[in-house]
Amino acid sequence: MSKRLIRDALNIPSSEITSESVYKQRRRLMQAALSAAVLPAFAFPSFARAAGYEIPDDLPRYPGPVWLRQKLASAVRNAELSVSDELAPYYHAITHNNFYEFGTDKRDPVRYAQKFKTDPWKVEISGEVAKPGNYNLEDILAPHALEDRVYRLRCVEAWSMVIPWLGFPLAELIKRFEPTSKAKYVQFTTILDKEQMSEQRSSFGTIDWPYVEGLRMDEAMNPLTLMAVGMYGNALPPQNGAPLRLVVPWKYGFKSIKSIVRIHFSETMPETSWNITAPKEYGFYANVNPAVDHPRWSQATERRLPSSLLSPNIVDTLPFNGYADQVAHLYKGMDLSKWF
Amino acid sequence: MLCLSPLAALFVNLLDDNLGADPAKIIVKELGFWAITLLWLTLAVTPVRKLLGWRWLMSFRRMLGLYTFFYAVLHLLAFATFLIGWRWDILLTELTKRPYIVVGALALLLLIPLTLTSTKAMQRRLGKHWKKLHSLIYPISLLVMLHFVWQIRSDFGQQFIFAIILAILLGYRLYLKGRSS
Repeated sequence: MSKRLIRDALNIPSSEITSESVYKQRRRLMQAALSAAVLPAFAFPSFARAAGYEIPDDLPRYPGPVWLRQKLASAVRNAELSVSDELAPYYHAITHNNFYEFGTDKRDPVRYAQKFKTDPWKVEISGEVAKPGNYNLEDILAPHALEDRVYRLRCVEAWSMVIPWLGFPLAELIKRFEPTSKAKYVQFTTILDKEQMSEQRSSFGTIDWPYVEGLRMDEAMNPLTLMAVGMYGNALPPQNGAPLRLVVPWKYGFKSIKSIVRIHFSETMPETSWNITAPKEYGFYANVNPAVDHPRWSQATERRLPSSLLSPNIVDTLPFNGYADQVAHLYKGMDLSKWF
Repeated sequence: MLCLSPLAALFVNLLDDNLGADPAKIIVKELGFWAITLLWLTLAVTPVRKLLGWRWLMSFRRMLGLYTFFYAVLHLLAFATFLIGWRWDILLTELTKRPYIVVGALALLLLIPLTLTSTKAMQRRLGKHWKKLHSLIYPISLLVMLHFVWQIRSDFGQQFIFAIILAILLGYRLYLKGRSS
């Protein structure tokens, strides 16, 4: 992995390389912006080093709670389910976030989520399931080994990034709680906490908090569907959805709900936040589809971040975000312009 | 000079790498914000002059209008360059298919004749037609408001404020018209 990264680095045209002064400037800025919240740069999980994630020493890292560290450190790369595209720099992945609970600007979450309390954390399992209850995140994670997977993340706003997540298949979690035969859908809910999340207090917001998302059972059971607790070898930063988030790489980013407190199994299709807010723009499925435009953004192409100003890194969007082989069968016979 | 400060601030922040991971989007958004702000300021000149009697404000109106056009053009250029990379195929579909971009482009198009006839000489030459032509600013402001409103995703706080101000600025003119007739 580290060898591959170095080789790629040498292939980057010099015009694409950030000049040293700009780079240092950036490091200083990050330091200034986050110094209050930055955790001491101690014992970096060994996996991050082994996987070659180059996180500059002065950027914040998120070791996570003590009970999680050993797990993060022992994660293993799942090469089969990882893409070989070049990774987004860590700096970009932790500073460019849609997490509307903390503000609607991409830079709001990193500014306002640093003190967000993510440990201890409880998750409610409810609905059509044999073992409902309130569980500590620690207990939910206990039996699962973590994998490292490099996925493409495609936002409906037509930008994309490539991010290495640490997590485990949602299917494994679902099996443990034994859903009944009535369970056709899984609904996820983000924490509702007006004290900590400023946008949940906004008088001008149109989203009915808490944020809710959902999957059909077969989508949830697909091997690609990941419950993530980390990225770049570390725990998830709060702005990226700590301590527990969903990652569904063949769907637009808004399906990959953050900071989950409830997993509910139901017989009927759950109502989802963006679909309630603007049903003509956001469907339940939200599969990445270059053939079906969003009213505001063409979905035929995307800007892969980082993108340079004068030659934006525009690439063609792939059906199902490039994961068609693994997931296209789930939608056989469906009109995807209707079930967008 | 004051009107150039937002542009200068944007430029300094860009050089400092202070615009986040996707500076392109921020630049486009900021230029649009200042175009709207300057348009609203242009529209505010007449009411403020009449209500407060500040006659000297009139001499700034043309300059504010020209800066509006300047920021609107930069907004479009930044969009076409930083976001679209002058890919003509994408640009063409964006300019024809996205309602919010269509009204934005239309507003900018309508600003062109106003900009071209902004000189004293043109004002004299056009006589009473000049005033008629320049009342295009009212439909333009409504198109711009629509362009802004159609971009609301989940929070309409900023658009709300701009809409209230526009309602006051245009409402005042309707009030004057109603009184004089």
